[in-house]
Amino acid sequence: MTRSKYLPIVSIFTFLIFWFGLAAFLHSSLFPSPEVVARVLWQQCQSGELPYHLGVTLLRLVVSFTISMLLGCGIGIALGFNEKLNAFFDNWLIIFLNIPALVTIILCYVWFGLSESAAILAVILNKVPNVIVTLREGTRALDKDLLNMAKCYQFGRLETLCHVVLPQLHPFLMSATRSGLALIWKIILMVELLGRSNGMGYQLHLFFQWFDIASILAYTVAFVSVIQALEFLVLKPLDKQALKWR
Amino acid sequence: MTDVHIHIHEKTHSNADSPTIENFVLNVNSGEFVCLVGQSGCGKTTLLNTIAGLDSNYSGICRIGNKTQNPKIGFVFQQPCLLPWRTVRENIELVFATSNLIPTARIDELLDLMQLTAYANAYPKQLSEGMKRRVSIIRAFAIKPDLLLMDEPFVSLDEPMARGVRFLLQHLWQQRPHTVLFVTHDLREAIGLADKLVFLTRHPMRVLKEVKVLIARENRHDVHAIENFREHLIQNYPELHLLL
Repeated sequence: MTRSKYLPIVSIFTFLIFWFGLAAFLHSSLFPSPEVVARVLWQQCQSGELPYHLGVTLLRLVVSFTISMLLGCGIGIALGFNEKLNAFFDNWLIIFLNIPALVTIILCYVWFGLSESAAILAVILNKVPNVIVTLREGTRALDKDLLNMAKCYQFGRLETLCHVVLPQLHPFLMSATRSGLALIWKIILMVELLGRSNGMGYQLHLFFQWFDIASILAYTVAFVSVIQALEFLVLKPLDKQALKWR
Repeated sequence: MTDVHIHIHEKTHSNADSPTIENFVLNVNSGEFVCLVGQSGCGKTTLLNTIAGLDSNYSGICRIGNKTQNPKIGFVFQQPCLLPWRTVRENIELVFATSNLIPTARIDELLDLMQLTAYANAYPKQLSEGMKRRVSIIRAFAIKPDLLLMDEPFVSLDEPMARGVRFLLQHLWQQRPHTVLFVTHDLREAIGLADKLVFLTRHPMRVLKEVKVLIARENRHDVHAIENFREHLIQNYPELHLLL
């Protein structure tokens, strides 16, 4: 057991060594070694450029994620409870699920201008259907006996939601959150690349034009680290807290 | 006064062609313990759900005390129906969430009567099935219901455990009499608990026969007394032979 604790670290080191070896063998500016990437990362941090663009992207992520989750949860739970509502919207849900992200982004920019709100709207439109589908399935799987109990003992709407419904939806909420973060940040980069003049996506676009692979990798490392930190510092403790009773 | 008057003209499930319940009339006196005895699948659960207001799709009337709207109903379901993420005490207190006034003393007393004081802060997962039933019984008694409904609450317990919980239920009910409708298909269980037995037909369900149980409360744990009464039923009510 204790040995398997070290395996993730061993695997990262193996990866780094492999990367070093390959970079040394290829000896090309298009495949920089980890050392070069680390140096670029440090420089970008010191110049303040990376923190700024990363911050802008994260801010967009937080705003669009919050709105998508709230909207998606509300609509998803409503559709899960109400069969008629669901029958009315079901087709539209599938249509929105399948519209390519690029199409919504372009349409939002064309119709609403190259503005911040258009960018956020494009991200939300891409994410909300996923949340709705996940939460709808969760709501359908709710324990009918517990709902009957709540009704019989005259729980209010709020009590039923807080004490009976949401705890049962917890795994679905976490799954929507995790897949949501992964999906949203990929879409945000695209949104930034197509119509913003700051943020990670914009920067990556510049680096692409300059063939500056080291910078691209440095930004990637920074972003992945932030997402990992979010997982370990926010999501995992949330999971632990909510599942105490198990 | 919580006399109960139930008259269901008709109750048909949306996916069935014939009514599940038809012309069902039942009167229960205040403080009476009534056992509804019928075969599995005859519509007993449907009846309780209708009385509890969980299913309002029927024609008829349920008058509980003087109320036809929102009477206080304690329901002990077939399953314990406890929230796994709340402790025993929280599960019981939750039914008072809307009233803002939690009767802590009453809950403590009930926990004590049901021998669960030591488990007040345990989560349902840590309890045995019998303990969970006891918690759901406490929850039903705690609200001082106008009517207490019990839907085969011991059906999934093994017999010794069921006997234990049944004994505690009797004890509790004698301390705090309520009007009770107890559904079961187990005649011995019904004789052991009830003031009055109500036998039910199936397809559609209606009242076949009402019989008073004439065993003194203190002799209800006596297996022979219950067995004798059962024999007496078999001999005197041939029309019940299908149910006995």
